[in-house]
Amino acid sequence: MLRHFMALLTLLLLSAPGLVPVAAHAQGADTPAIDRSATGGAQTLEDIMRRQRGETIDDSFRSDNIGGNAVMAPGLGPLGGASDPELWRALRYNKADVTVSTGDDVGKVLMTDGGLKWLTWREGRLQIWGFWMVVGTAGGLLAFFLLRGRIRIDGELTGRTVTRFKAIERFGHWLLGISFLVLGATGLFVLFGRKYLAPVLGKEFNANLLAFSKVVHNNVAWAFMLGLIMVFVMWVVHNIPNRSDITWLRQYGGIIGSAHPPAKKFNAGQKMIFWSVVIFGAVISITGLSLLFPYRFVFLADVYALMNDWGLMALVGLEERFDMTAQEQMQMAQAWHAMAAFILMMIVTAHVYIGSIGMEGAFDAMGTGEVDEAWAHQHHSIWLDEVKAAEAGKTGEAKPSDATPAE
Amino acid sequence: MKTIFAGFAAMIVIALGAGYALDRAGFSTAEQSAGENVRLD
Repeated sequence: MLRHFMALLTLLLLSAPGLVPVAAHAQGADTPAIDRSATGGAQTLEDIMRRQRGETIDDSFRSDNIGGNAVMAPGLGPLGGASDPELWRALRYNKADVTVSTGDDVGKVLMTDGGLKWLTWREGRLQIWGFWMVVGTAGGLLAFFLLRGRIRIDGELTGRTVTRFKAIERFGHWLLGISFLVLGATGLFVLFGRKYLAPVLGKEFNANLLAFSKVVHNNVAWAFMLGLIMVFVMWVVHNIPNRSDITWLRQYGGIIGSAHPPAKKFNAGQKMIFWSVVIFGAVISITGLSLLFPYRFVFLADVYALMNDWGLMALVGLEERFDMTAQEQMQMAQAWHAMAAFILMMIVTAHVYIGSIGMEGAFDAMGTGEVDEAWAHQHHSIWLDEVKAAEAGKTGEAKPSDATPAE
Repeated sequence: MKTIFAGFAAMIVIALGAGYALDRAGFSTAEQSAGENVRLD
């Protein structure tokens, strides 16, 4: 009874942020057009106020007003058909023909407003959503544990064990897992440090912690990528969906209820974890490489163009972005990196739960690599039969060779 | 449990190795963001 009460209380506490009304900006199609007749078509106070309120504004009246192209017209001076304000607007919207001594596109960007959008998002929504994703998953699992309890092994242990994962498989798993934990912790420090750690621990300590976190994060990233490649190569064959997954899913994998659906080496739940780790791990790795080598591995504008060709941009509600500067592409790389990392944190938290306190005997599979036959029969019966059949086959082949030849 | 420690040790070795190798190869932020005329040492 107390367990159920605690579960209910946990769920209530977790739903509390959802009860708080969120102020929404009134913006969009119903916003009235601005009358700029008083300024002769130039910017008005209302334009500035709308921008400061964070509303979506159409500033093409400024961005397109960058002078004519009568550069060669006689008697117009060095600016040709453009005036000083028009030149500054061209610089403001990255439309000026700029030549810089560095010779690269990065140096040509003198002004960009993408940075402010990104900073506002990073310090606002990303932190709030990220926090609740991690805390919500942990709280949800706690509630589930209180309701469901530990998934026990039915009946007695047999005392006979079977090798579930070889040493190289466990090594790859732990290389990936431990490096993800380190990267997750250091990444969270970097994201939340200035706002939440500095006021508590002091700016000096926070600065040192974040500098250390950055070095650790940048270098441990390689271990994560190696672990990801190892895990993918070793297990991809076992994670191709098959018919037994449907049965497993229909019975909720025995996680809800008391059924023990048959499964091969990996059940449908584990396959979902595997593909999530591969996909989100790949997103984290590719965007991470972009962040590791700033401005030397910039690719998101091309990805966005490709997504737009496939109609995916509209599908996920993203605006079409073909004119992204290299700086904005770096900001986007950080955004995708962080979002994928938070999603993977949620999934990995659930994985850690079910592989430790959530299920009796599960940790042995990755701890020693040996699992009791009773556990294997309960959770991976098809795989156990395959292993036994293979062992019997080996034994059957071995016997004749062991026998002394008649000659 | 040995593989857990092996994974942990490998992570440290890879991280130290990557840091050293990239620094030697001139991929440090200081070197990447500075021109030839800037003395870093």
